[in-house]
Amino acid sequence: MNWNKALSLGLAGVMAAGMLTGCSVSSTGGAQQDAQQTGGGSTGDKVVKIGIFEPSTGDSGAGGKQETLGMQYGNYETPTVEIGGETYQVELVYADNGSTTDKAVSAASKLVDEEVSLVLGSYGSSVSIAAAPTFADAGIPAIGVTCTNPNVTAGNPYYFRACFMDSFQGTVLANFAADKFSATKAYCLGELGNEYDQGLIEYFTKGFEAKGGTVVADSFPTNNSDFTSYLNKAKNEGAQVIFCPVSLAYSTQIIKQAASMGLDIPLLGSDTLDSNKVLEAASGTDVQVYVSTFYQEGGSQEFDDGIKAWINSDSTAKTNNGGNDTISGLTAMGYDAYYMALEALKAAGSTDPQAVYEALPNVTWSGVTGDIAFDDVNGDAIRDTAFIKTADTANDAWVLETVQKAD
Amino acid sequence: MKQNKSKKGLVIALIAIAALLAVVIVLENTLKPTSMLFTVLKKGAVYSLVAVSLNLLNGFTGLFSLGQAGFMLLGAYTYAILTVPTASRDTVYYLYGGSAVNFSLPELFGGGAAGLIVGVTLGLILAGLAAAFFAWLIGLPVLRLKSDYLAIATLGFAEIIRAVFQWDKLGPVTNGANMIKSFPTFTDFNIKDAGGQVVLRLSTFFPFLVAVICIGIIVLLIHSSYGRAFKAIREDEIAAEAMGIDLARHKMLSFCISAFFSGVGGALLAMYSNQVQAKLFTSALSYELLLIVVIGGIGSVTGSCLASFLYIAASEWWLRGLDEDPFVIGNIAISAPGFFRTGLRMVVFSVIIMVVVLFFRRGIMGDKELPNLFKPRKKSKQKEAAK
Amino acid sequence: MEYIVSILLSGIAVGGQYALIAIGYTMVYGILRLINFAHGDVFMVAGLMMVYLNAAGLPLLLTIPAVLVLTVVLGFVIERAAYKPLRSAPRMSVMISAIGVSYLLQNMATYVTGGLPQMYPTIPILSDSVPLLGSNPKVVVLVTPFLVAVLVFGLTMLIGHTKIGMAMRAVAKDFETSQLMGIKIDRVISMTFIIGSFLAAVGSMLYFTNYPSIVPLSGAMPGLKAFVAAVFGGIGSIPGAVIGAFLIGICENIIKGLPGMTVFSDAFTFALLIVVLVAKPTGLFGEKATDKV
Repeated sequence: MNWNKALSLGLAGVMAAGMLTGCSVSSTGGAQQDAQQTGGGSTGDKVVKIGIFEPSTGDSGAGGKQETLGMQYGNYETPTVEIGGETYQVELVYADNGSTTDKAVSAASKLVDEEVSLVLGSYGSSVSIAAAPTFADAGIPAIGVTCTNPNVTAGNPYYFRACFMDSFQGTVLANFAADKFSATKAYCLGELGNEYDQGLIEYFTKGFEAKGGTVVADSFPTNNSDFTSYLNKAKNEGAQVIFCPVSLAYSTQIIKQAASMGLDIPLLGSDTLDSNKVLEAASGTDVQVYVSTFYQEGGSQEFDDGIKAWINSDSTAKTNNGGNDTISGLTAMGYDAYYMALEALKAAGSTDPQAVYEALPNVTWSGVTGDIAFDDVNGDAIRDTAFIKTADTANDAWVLETVQKAD
Repeated sequence: MKQNKSKKGLVIALIAIAALLAVVIVLENTLKPTSMLFTVLKKGAVYSLVAVSLNLLNGFTGLFSLGQAGFMLLGAYTYAILTVPTASRDTVYYLYGGSAVNFSLPELFGGGAAGLIVGVTLGLILAGLAAAFFAWLIGLPVLRLKSDYLAIATLGFAEIIRAVFQWDKLGPVTNGANMIKSFPTFTDFNIKDAGGQVVLRLSTFFPFLVAVICIGIIVLLIHSSYGRAFKAIREDEIAAEAMGIDLARHKMLSFCISAFFSGVGGALLAMYSNQVQAKLFTSALSYELLLIVVIGGIGSVTGSCLASFLYIAASEWWLRGLDEDPFVIGNIAISAPGFFRTGLRMVVFSVIIMVVVLFFRRGIMGDKELPNLFKPRKKSKQKEAAK
Repeated sequence: MEYIVSILLSGIAVGGQYALIAIGYTMVYGILRLINFAHGDVFMVAGLMMVYLNAAGLPLLLTIPAVLVLTVVLGFVIERAAYKPLRSAPRMSVMISAIGVSYLLQNMATYVTGGLPQMYPTIPILSDSVPLLGSNPKVVVLVTPFLVAVLVFGLTMLIGHTKIGMAMRAVAKDFETSQLMGIKIDRVISMTFIIGSFLAAVGSMLYFTNYPSIVPLSGAMPGLKAFVAAVFGGIGSIPGAVIGAFLIGICENIIKGLPGMTVFSDAFTFALLIVVLVAKPTGLFGEKATDKV
């Protein structure tokens, strides 16, 4: 009883103290920064923070890490930025959104709390949609790097987007399926409740039906690991192509299980499948995998060589890239997004989020994945090209299949 | 004499609560509004409400439920479906070509500040009622079960509810498994001037107010004759029945009331996270709430509140530094790249929980309330500090 | 036809794997009246051990026994550290402790794997595909039911015809009296956890060979379903748990095969559970009406 009393009083005290110190820490943090900003005359003293809102755990963790790699490489290459005539050190602030929408809010609050000037991310549209109001309330602009769902930017002026959208990607893939395989029946498989999967399937269906095909759509619950019944269903339905725009964690399982059952229907994937984990899963099998993506290795020799050297010299980076130096489209997008952010800071001439927000719509950048500019409807990137590549299962490499434009 | 004393206690409690709410308003309008503190306070208030409602069932009536996530889901969805602005419905329900529900509560009441307050309040109440109604339905068969079996049946029920809400045939209402967003959230309660500048921040105050009112009602209930009947059932069902307590009726009552407040809590959680999606309301959420109740002390309302804030603050805020290298305490930075990395926070956190579960079996408060600890002395100040 | 065969085959395989986990649940529940929520996570950790030991370069012939031994040790340690100190505490405290252990194991797995899905190593022979009636199942799918049958037979022998088995039955029947009769209760309980963990480890090898990707939550759903299977068959009854597991595995796969019903594949299991609990609380093979109703 005494113990209880002591414990609860202690905890209450700790809690109160914690809350207060929490505040004081953040306020002194702010003060220090102010001091730096006013007092620091020499170059390199000033710091501008860019928030990296990416999953590093959960089922999008692998993708998030690869996207982050591009930003880290960009930061390694260009660690400073010229803002309003002064050189600022760029500091990347990370917040793991755990691939789930409930953790997204507190991860976003953490970035807001750290007073970042703008935010990059996230891999996976759901988390971006969930976090968007938090950034908007704080007046911090965010650039979605590879989140392709229309709802990320729709109705939210603070969210911009550097990649193409589901409507574009879904249509491109539907056209590809109809043209390349002369398919009339497609089987679509997505994760329940994942905006990204469901949105893409919706647009794929529209595009495919416009071409005169029929679609059977199916969903599996989160954390499902038995895909053989779905693949069997596809086979049973007589589908000529399987469209599975799912997270990396699921796609590798689908490919492995397709391989082990000797499935001869081509698998069609979206940008999330553009990963060396997919190559690894398909390695040495007869599975046919086609993915649409933002970048194909060889697009910029300088970038390829640079980032490969960096990945090979940094063991953590290599682990995060899945243990080898194949460059994912995600990484290239992350890299371009980082430079986009620097351009925005330069254009704003200030580290104030509001200034960056006002400057962003007019920022353009010619990156390794192509030219990026934002449209004036929702702040989406104006893009008209997707690369479609196929897995060369004998050599564990991606081979460019075609460059598809929207038609 | 006795009546006087309890009246005095009531007054002190009311003053303490009013002071707490005032402190929240002052803090929110003086400190940096984007501080992590407010995220923690908002989520903590929401979790307090749900934890107390679970405690009513678990700690006071002795019914072991693991279905709280299901009730929260019902509340969250009811609130969200009814309050999404009509203008946003096509965007939100874009996969289903618009929503089957074509009105929005705040707009029905004329929009603006008044419409928002009335609409949201009504939305919260309906959220609770929806949860309570389903609790009644499910309670008919399962409340006959005891202890673990009731727990596992309610857990199963929550899973079924989750699947139903993800079913795409219900898409025009529930948006299938996709998220519903754009409904009024806590930040809509910040008062803005004509230029869109915030003049008075109430976004943390609002969840506190709702939580305080709901928890207040639960406390009053616990101290009523119903509450005494609940406790009697908890202590010994057979004896309680022999004393003339209608077991089935009281169990059902407790179950439905708990579901009601969990539903309100679910709606608040949806407001906190700006969106609602069925896949968040998994059994892991129910486990989390149960842990909070146990850590706070089964049968202690203040314990549940205290534990909610501690739980949220520790897992979302204080330990976050462990996830990054270098780890910084005060002015000391410890660098160990292989050790301080993503996930360490949750490992440390779960170790702390295990320690509490194993060594402080009765939780922080046991079955005592905060005022009991300061019996001979005044209590308002400490209570406030604890929050 | 080949579609039906393939659905039935994967149903039977999954059912067999659930069965191996369900035995662990049903035995522990029979003796301690504890829903061991951490059991599904022990299953997941067994899978991760295989991944890491294999990555460390151990040959498979060593890895498999090592995984079995380590999982058994893990089960034993969990019981000693998290459940034994609470033996005199209310049942709910022990259950909370089980939830805590489950939480801890999942978070540790996230930390160790960095939150990334891990690919299960291929076990030769088991991973090969064989053509059968037009479908192409892995060998493991065909082997599972037989292996389960052998293990269950062995277990029934152990429980029915050895001293420790007799002790287990006694403890399950009446905890306190058997203690008074001189049965070393801690030893019996440890033995239960050892057997349960061993079977979970075997189950994990079969399961992950079939579905070769492990995330920290991989154990949660199979664990819950296995528990439902145990309740379905009548808690405490080993043959009941096995039959329940096969039924659940097959039904689940049939539902997945129906158009538009996939969403309900997990929910079905729980609906079945509620129906069984309400209609026949003792399950299919439950012995006597305990204090469930």
